[in-house]
Amino acid sequence: MLPKPVVPAYGSEAPERLASMADVTASDAALRRFLHGLPGVDAVGLQARAAALGTRSIKTTAKAYAIDLAISMIDLTTLEGADTPGKVRALCAKGARPDPLDRTVPRVAAICVYPDMAATAKAALREAGAPEINVASVATAFPAGRAALPVKLADTRDAVAAGADEIDMVIDRGAFLSGRYLQVFEEIRRVKEVCRRDDGTAAHLKVIFETGELQTYDNVRRASWLAMLAGADFIKTSTGKVAVNATPPVTLLMLEAVRDFRAAVGVQVGVKPAGGIRTTKDAVKYLVMVNETLGEEWLTADWFRFGASSLLNDLLMQRQKLSTGRYSGPDYVTVD
Amino acid sequence: MTDPQTLDTSQDTPQHPEDTQPVDKQPAQQAPRGAFAYAPAPESRSVVAIAPSYGHFIDGEFREAAGGKVFTTVSPSTEEVLSEVALGGPEDVDAAVAAARRAFGPWSALPGAERAKYLFRIARIIQERSRELAVLESLDNGKPIRESRDTDLPLAAAHFFYYAGWADKLAYAGYGADPKPLGVAGQVIPWNFPLLMLAWKIAPALATGNTVVLKPAETTPLSALFFADICRQAGLPRGVVNIVTGDGAAGAALVAHPDVRKVAFTGSTGVGKAIARTVAGTDKKLTLELGGKAANIVYDDAPVDQAVEGIVNGIFFNQGHVCCAGSRLLVQESVAEEVLDALKRRMATLRVGDPLDKNTDVGAINSPEQLARIRELADAGEREGAERWSPSCELPASGYWFAPTLFTGVTQAHRIAREEIFGPVLSVLTFRTPAEAVEKANNTPYGLSAGIWTEKGSRILWTAEKLRAGVVWANTFNKFDPASPFGGYKESGYGREGGRHGLEAYLDV
Repeated sequence: MLPKPVVPAYGSEAPERLASMADVTASDAALRRFLHGLPGVDAVGLQARAAALGTRSIKTTAKAYAIDLAISMIDLTTLEGADTPGKVRALCAKGARPDPLDRTVPRVAAICVYPDMAATAKAALREAGAPEINVASVATAFPAGRAALPVKLADTRDAVAAGADEIDMVIDRGAFLSGRYLQVFEEIRRVKEVCRRDDGTAAHLKVIFETGELQTYDNVRRASWLAMLAGADFIKTSTGKVAVNATPPVTLLMLEAVRDFRAAVGVQVGVKPAGGIRTTKDAVKYLVMVNETLGEEWLTADWFRFGASSLLNDLLMQRQKLSTGRYSGPDYVTVD
Repeated sequence: MTDPQTLDTSQDTPQHPEDTQPVDKQPAQQAPRGAFAYAPAPESRSVVAIAPSYGHFIDGEFREAAGGKVFTTVSPSTEEVLSEVALGGPEDVDAAVAAARRAFGPWSALPGAERAKYLFRIARIIQERSRELAVLESLDNGKPIRESRDTDLPLAAAHFFYYAGWADKLAYAGYGADPKPLGVAGQVIPWNFPLLMLAWKIAPALATGNTVVLKPAETTPLSALFFADICRQAGLPRGVVNIVTGDGAAGAALVAHPDVRKVAFTGSTGVGKAIARTVAGTDKKLTLELGGKAANIVYDDAPVDQAVEGIVNGIFFNQGHVCCAGSRLLVQESVAEEVLDALKRRMATLRVGDPLDKNTDVGAINSPEQLARIRELADAGEREGAERWSPSCELPASGYWFAPTLFTGVTQAHRIAREEIFGPVLSVLTFRTPAEAVEKANNTPYGLSAGIWTEKGSRILWTAEKLRAGVVWANTFNKFDPASPFGGYKESGYGREGGRHGLEAYLDV
């Protein structure tokens, strides 16, 4: 049995409750007091829980379901200095039709590119007949985030103007680590403002912490709350550009943070682990974590994403294995 | 945002409207949409071959009971009869003790390093056969395979490895230059961790040069009988380990046997008292590891998510069939509501069911008698005014089951706060100050274990110093290690098992 978890109701009272949180962001000191007043994280316990969730045995129908779910949650990513329109178009074609021989494979959630490639991606997806796939663009001086705020805002504005549906911004880890929480808060808030389009809609804002640089679990929890208070639609572990990227404990901690945030404020936020998730086995472990921490409501591409480039092919190979009973090989999936 | 339809592969219509070619691959056909329901992932039963009947293991041979009587052992999750086992009586105990006595001379005369070889060999065989033994343990006991595989078996092997390491170093254990073994050890073990308790008892006894007659619990004799086979496989000399199966009568005969020099018992406080009376006035050494009603103290600055995990692990591990289970949650009033909400949410995700399914968190209650006792105490809790809560949970139709249960509004005056329930039932009490937490935690006839949850190191030390409990866990619960001594205060018994301290009980010191 797995009964439906009890989740507190949310909705109408959300804006009010969020407004009541305004005092905690009134000053650097108030924000620090609030963030440091959050419950602590016991590292050993967190890691043990993440490891225990990793031992779930997901087989047959559940595995098939998880594979398709994982595919539909991928932000298929290319973030190289050497990116070209050709490379981006190829990636878009792959996202639209992950397995050319099997039309039952779902499409990915988004194509994630640098801002200067957003327009190319948007057009390529339209041409591929997959306009519902979002274009996510990393902005704000990705991946270092070391630029003046006007530059970051301009970067974001460009990406939104080029048609990006989602903005993946990096926080200023230097400011965060030196305790200038209000500065980080303001930056997120300002970026969120420029995500707004003229027609009143807005690009979704994903806030990247680079958790490998934040170092401690307490910092990850504080960064999560900070970003959510500032209006993040998604919180994301990492850029994929440093040594330590998404890990199960860090992701679990962020899942707990979005759960607690919704219970406290009534606003639901998504989570995106990114970097280093390469195998179906890993992806399934993350889905189990979402399932048992947040439940079904977060088990859609609206609320959970994988930032990955090579994960898709392993998922496709596992999918082929499930449907044919045989392992194929890397030449039976495309290299784009 | 992605079209939610793309998740659905169970439709007959192709997903991408431009595709009209027939589709023959539908891997996700049966998975219900919108629900990540884990398909059953059962461990194979075929890895273990259970014989239709077993005799006692005496002097290296399996033999029928002297009286020819047998009893059956059933799988608590299905009520299926697993095997027939010899019902031991005084004659069987006599034969086993005599075999152990004969073996004692040569065994104790072996150099420690030689005894260590046997123990290492046993440890390695346990590891090699761990999958088989884990499945067997889950079948006979009802505990989830996840726990027998990840806890019982690794720990059982670890105990043999650990005490193998001591066998040739007894002179350095702090009990004199040449500590001597006692002779025949009579050991009676419970049904909650059949193989692990066997390892706790047999490993130190053999390492120190004693020989053993062990009586496993009536409801879970099978892993001990498989262990007898492991002894043969390891080439252990005849008579060093003897297993007599049976009920309380066999246990009583073993404890009272005049040639038994050392009695070790793990089980209920009532039986422990009876054993203490039997042994009183004799020169037998006795260690008792009895009941518990452990306090799990959660301070207001605790890491909440990890504390909730610790609470769950403290009481629902092994269906709460744990003498050191954290069955009394003492939570600071200021965070009680928050902690309870989180705990209920977490309890709702516990998966109760087939012990052989690798995804099961909570298995079956070991016996109908135990189930009746749990029910009786839970009903008493309700009658006495505590508020009962369980997650909605469908229990299997056959077998013995009890849903994970939480009682709030419990006070020290409730029976469920005083008596050991030995089941998945948590009593929640609150406190206001650290002093009150300690006072309530210690206000129990038992004193086996306790837990402390706080981010503040000094508070951990202050609290641990004041708790009258044999084991105090800080920011964790139910963690075991062969190097760490285990045992109780007050009615939780005396003597220590595990670690260097565990040697003392088997040495003439």
